Amino acid sequence: MNIIVVGLSHKTAPVELRELLAVPVSRGGEALARLLAYPGVKEGMILSTCNRVEVYAVVDDIDRGFSAIQDFFVKTHLALSIDELLPHLYWYADERAIAHLFRVTGSLDSMVVGEPQILGQVKEAFDMALTHHSSGVILNKIVRKAISVGKGVRTNTRISEFAVSISSAAVELAKKVFSNLQEKTVLLVGTGEMGKLAAQHLVNQGIRQMILTTRQTQRAIDLAERFAGKAVPFEDYRAHLVKADIVLCATGAPHYVVSQEDVLRAVRERRNRPMFLIDISVPRNIDPLVKDVDNAFLFDIDDLETHVGANREQRRKEAERAEGMVKDEVSVVLAWLRGLDAKPTIVALRKWAEAIKDTEVEKALARLGSLSSKERGTVEGLASSIINKVLHGPLVTLKTEAQSKNGVIFIEAARRFFDLPDEESSGQGTLNKEETTRTPQHLE
Amino acid sequence: MTGLFFQVTMVLYFVGTIFFLIYLLRRSEALSKVALGIAGLGFLVHTAALIGQTIALGHLQIIRFQEAMSFFAWALVFVFLMVVWTRRLHVLGSFILPLAFLSLVTASMAPAEVHELSPVFRTVWVHVTLSMLGTVGFAVAFVAGIMYVMQDRLLKSKRFNVLYSKLPPLDFLDTLNQRSILLGFPFLTLGILTGAVSAHISFGSYLSWNSEQIWALVTWAFYFTVLMVRITIGWRAKKAAYLTIVGFAGVILTFVGVILKNDISLTSL
Repeated sequence: MNIIVVGLSHKTAPVELRELLAVPVSRGGEALARLLAYPGVKEGMILSTCNRVEVYAVVDDIDRGFSAIQDFFVKTHLALSIDELLPHLYWYADERAIAHLFRVTGSLDSMVVGEPQILGQVKEAFDMALTHHSSGVILNKIVRKAISVGKGVRTNTRISEFAVSISSAAVELAKKVFSNLQEKTVLLVGTGEMGKLAAQHLVNQGIRQMILTTRQTQRAIDLAERFAGKAVPFEDYRAHLVKADIVLCATGAPHYVVSQEDVLRAVRERRNRPMFLIDISVPRNIDPLVKDVDNAFLFDIDDLETHVGANREQRRKEAERAEGMVKDEVSVVLAWLRGLDAKPTIVALRKWAEAIKDTEVEKALARLGSLSSKERGTVEGLASSIINKVLHGPLVTLKTEAQSKNGVIFIEAARRFFDLPDEESSGQGTLNKEETTRTPQHLE
Repeated sequence: MTGLFFQVTMVLYFVGTIFFLIYLLRRSEALSKVALGIAGLGFLVHTAALIGQTIALGHLQIIRFQEAMSFFAWALVFVFLMVVWTRRLHVLGSFILPLAFLSLVTASMAPAEVHELSPVFRTVWVHVTLSMLGTVGFAVAFVAGIMYVMQDRLLKSKRFNVLYSKLPPLDFLDTLNQRSILLGFPFLTLGILTGAVSAHISFGSYLSWNSEQIWALVTWAFYFTVLMVRITIGWRAKKAAYLTIVGFAGVILTFVGVILKNDISLTSL
């Protein structure tokens, strides 16, 4: 039983590719069904955001699992070949896969470390898996743990504070250019997480007109609904640049989306009315030369950082602390996972029974006084045979069921019935109530 | 007595200026209240001085150079207090009060002997007052322009320092710039017209093409152009800021020219 992840993110793949492979909620059921149809894939979850598409799965065999998910990606989009895709994929198994999920959920792998949206997105992915019964005991446990790690990172370190302050810095800067934000028009290019966050901050400041554009028209329309704005096709968003007092750019494209010439023309058409541009993309989406355009004020993430006055060193330390938290939690989950193997459980169960037998025999022998060796043998034999007979059923069931899809449930149950300790940890890794009540769903 | 009032005013404006300048460099907001209080007190004493002078002379006399400069300072502080009243924009004081103080210093440097004026010249105060009110408008535009350029540079170079945090938003400064010129321009126009009428009454000709008159016309044409290019080709924001700085520099040069020539007679204004 192995947990693996295969995916691509803003660190490995251009936005065009990520968008091709994105799995919208509406197609989640179909995608998950397709994933679970691969032999050896027992549980699955798809995390699809603007910045990443990742498939988490519990598989029998790591290598076959990897190739199954690669194939899954290739078949997600017909135009895609494995050769095109492979250079952009990363894959991890077991400890590293869990650590990856924890880091992602803790926003340590985000474009802007500490951005708050990813936690919600992991929850959504998990809900999708639960709705379509694609996750089982192992994923449920791990993802729930990931979500709690994500929350822990947020509450116990200051990295999310920083992401929020980046957005407020954008608003504060905007207020140094415009005295009254309410009458201003915002153009949001792309749907990067930080872009949305900054847009939300601006809306909170009373901005009413918002124009949205992204390569995926549907996403723009969805967002337009959320912000009560207007979606425009990506191809001709430049025509709307002239109306934009504030431009928020977060497309995740690997090249410049807004050129110096675009801004020069817009400012001229705006008859020198100032333009305020925020580039929250890594790499940059707005040509840095825009800073030379009169009456155009461009700020990128680094500038916002400077504005926040965030101490880089301090932030690095906070991130390190978060990484430490992730590491600790990974080892807890690993211990729990190890306990889910049939063999150690059987061994532990036997040990437990043997220990009881030994103590009880000892007690009985002490009470009986001196016995002949034959009599001693009879007492010991009696105890052994009782234990063996009692254990026979459960052990056979464990051995056979462990091979089945929901085998871990039996192992987990055995561990709890007999109160067997987790390996390398004491009791921390046991399932919580919620999970037990969910199990019947997966048995159906 | 009036002279003492003027001196007290000067001292108060000076202290207020110091406080306002320190305020500009400190994070604390408390200092601006002290500075504002001092400026307000200075304004009251200044007003009392002007009223006292008017009562003493029996008529309003804003004719000679130092009277004009003193009135200019008074009107400037008045406008400043009005802006602070409506916009709570204390930082404006860091720029306007020094200007008011310097005007008073300039006024005090001019010879103070009082000529008895022939009645025909007594109407000249209308011309001087209107011209000075126009100049106040341009001075505020100038200050707004300086603040604009400073904030523009700070934003462009991404220096988020104390000054950056205190300066108001760019579009506010641009609006202040435009409105100040819009207010100042009609006053200057009327000032020039009344000046021409006064000149006609005094000397028999509307225009004698002396340097001050030429400068007044150049100033008028300049600010007219500033307003026009804003409306027609959208020269607002940074361009307008630079134009008004240059424009007021011209106005100051005119005044300096007047002082250097030591020609403080009526025709100079």
